[in-house]
Amino acid sequence: MPEVILSAQDLVKHYPIRSGVLRRVAGQVKAVDGVSFDLHKGETLGIVGESGCGKSTLGRLLMRLEEPTSGKVIFGGEDWSGASGRKLRQMRRNIQIVFQDPYTSLNPRMTVGDIVGEPLEIHSDVVPKGGRRKRVQELLDLVGLNPEHINRYPHQFSGGQRQRIGIARGIALNPSVLVCDEPVSALDVSVQAQVVNLMEKLQDELGLAYVFIAHDLSVVRHISDRVGVMYLGRMAELGEEDEVYSRPTHPYTQALLSAVPVPDPTLRGKRDQIVLQGDVPSPANPPSGCRFHTRCWKAQEVCTTDEPELELRPDGLGAHLSRCHFAEPRLILETVDVSDLEPDTRFAGTEVQDMSDLGAGLGAAGGGEDLGSSAADAGVERSSALHPDTDQAPQDTTRLVDEQPGDDRPTR
Amino acid sequence: MTTTQDTTTPSDKTSGVTYTPEDGLLLEVEDLYVEFHTPDGIATAINGVSFDLHQGESLAILGESGSGKSVTAQAIMGILDMPPAVIPGGHIRYCGQDLLSMPEDQRRRTRGPEVSMIFQDALSSLNPVFPVGWQIAEMFRMHRGVNKSDALEQAIRLMERVQIPAARDRVKAYPHQFSGGMRQRIMIAMAIALDPAVLIADEPTTALDVTVQAQIMALLDELQQERQMGLILITHDLGVVADVADRIAVMYAGRFVEKADVVELYSAPAHPYTRGLLESIPRLDQKGQTLAAIGGLPPNLMRIPPGCPFNPRCRRAEDVCRRDRPELREVVPGRFAACHFAEEVINA
Repeated sequence: MPEVILSAQDLVKHYPIRSGVLRRVAGQVKAVDGVSFDLHKGETLGIVGESGCGKSTLGRLLMRLEEPTSGKVIFGGEDWSGASGRKLRQMRRNIQIVFQDPYTSLNPRMTVGDIVGEPLEIHSDVVPKGGRRKRVQELLDLVGLNPEHINRYPHQFSGGQRQRIGIARGIALNPSVLVCDEPVSALDVSVQAQVVNLMEKLQDELGLAYVFIAHDLSVVRHISDRVGVMYLGRMAELGEEDEVYSRPTHPYTQALLSAVPVPDPTLRGKRDQIVLQGDVPSPANPPSGCRFHTRCWKAQEVCTTDEPELELRPDGLGAHLSRCHFAEPRLILETVDVSDLEPDTRFAGTEVQDMSDLGAGLGAAGGGEDLGSSAADAGVERSSALHPDTDQAPQDTTRLVDEQPGDDRPTR
Repeated sequence: MTTTQDTTTPSDKTSGVTYTPEDGLLLEVEDLYVEFHTPDGIATAINGVSFDLHQGESLAILGESGSGKSVTAQAIMGILDMPPAVIPGGHIRYCGQDLLSMPEDQRRRTRGPEVSMIFQDALSSLNPVFPVGWQIAEMFRMHRGVNKSDALEQAIRLMERVQIPAARDRVKAYPHQFSGGMRQRIMIAMAIALDPAVLIADEPTTALDVTVQAQIMALLDELQQERQMGLILITHDLGVVADVADRIAVMYAGRFVEKADVVELYSAPAHPYTRGLLESIPRLDQKGQTLAAIGGLPPNLMRIPPGCPFNPRCRRAEDVCRRDRPELREVVPGRFAACHFAEEVINA
């Protein structure tokens, strides 16, 4: 296995709950409560869990956007949880983040060039001043956007394009780790695949390691090499993608997997369904012993008193980390290995270029007769032919801004 | 048989009109158009949509954002803001009666007892300043003239039916005191309070976690079986559809591009868009999958491309697709698709 690049050691983040006139601390929300893992060079670690399990806080801790209550984040052998000032900034170059909501994570008053170029301004020694604009254009090209759109504003882009901008900003400084907090959750299905494919391509080309935080178990399985399942601030299970999905040993993982709808109506009623009762308990007052025991069908006396350790437990074939006294593998879903199959590209493609000019805002071309000739070609030829006036940004928006009055609207 | 206002028959529903489905046919939507007149131009949100719904049937309307699926639901419920919305054409018949030409007070009496709806975001759909029990009981007070204490009693029974623990103690609690899943249960309780024949669920589980989603879908399924409701499930999630729906209509740019039985549609889609969607979702039960994506974006509804609205993104498109708009037609018995090459796609 390649070297460990980032390692979280017993990370804890508690938020105080204050109440009363004096704002006394009345309790602690235990958002992240002792999480450890290693991230290897070039791999993807998926973190899944339901809302409130602490997965986003974990991402922010790794980035040091939050100060951990205790625990360490070790990057390249150096603990940077105590770093500040210059040292912190130096370290941060190596770990960048992509946020969930492409609509609020980009400053609406900055052009794309400024947004993607801002990390280069702050870390001014990475690219000399004169070369920054060119570097930004390279980055836009790398994430499949048209480099000529450098002077546009975020509102002139669709959700998927904005997420590409967020990714371009994230990789601007050549980081070795990219923390992605729900990067595709806000996107439509057909756009989601484009962004996932882009992220995989970037990983191959740049050797990035991802911490991929998401609630969608299918997406996480698709992109991850290893997967951690979080519940109430703790890691419930951690292993290779196949171990966690094909041989889950923790009851919570099993319940989660069984609850995910699979797009295959022939499986209806034939699947192993575990319907959990109740809701996730409050992280301000987590249950004693095993945190899952209040909803677990296997819970016994010992679960309410002794918290199980996250340790190697047999899963039928080998062993992987699981935090359950009664860990045993259970087949939730038969996995089909399709890695040898070529994707069917007759109706969908695997290219990662942004092809937003297809479909959206075609009115600009007055009917677009030469546009659809081939979806693949259009990706290459697009824009420059379509939008000769790219530098006057507001005139050639693809989607959200209406055409200028002179334009012919096609008849519907 | 159809009833009109003239042939009023006594009914436990206070609408004064009984609606009897003929051959189990509850709802008929025929060639519906909805436009939004905005300062920037006319956006055509729905562009000739037709379907019917029978008793006990679940129909899923699947589409991405902006495809018109929620607008369809709102048009059926009659809760579109008009203006800016305009319905320039089409019919929506409930048990033979056209809802669109019905006087507003009569239509109002169908909302709740006959056709009812669950919204996506329960927190913003519930009134934050009234207790949940009061809000559920309001259905009985307003539509059936039940007195306050009886209405509250019925509300508690409903809360128990939708499996809210300790319903009697929580009837006076406010929406913010409930979790997301519990709030959605309250929405469901309100929607089924008056025993509607048609239930429209607009993305009922999108805001919820998967384990809670499974609970809510199981509850909806159970209630539908129990009351033989016609269910219209509006969603973007191909997984949820596969789990609950009998029939599915795929929507793109305000039109149905494909309509079929769920099993048949998933095994052999007849429209390139449906095919592309199915290729582009990562599957929980597969590993080593290569995702193929549909390039581009759905069209701007103010400038829907001529010909087939999907043609700019379609890898199969030919000249005819850019020129002629394909109508939704029966490709093989029971399967409808709006594609010039549907026969090829279905056998691909």
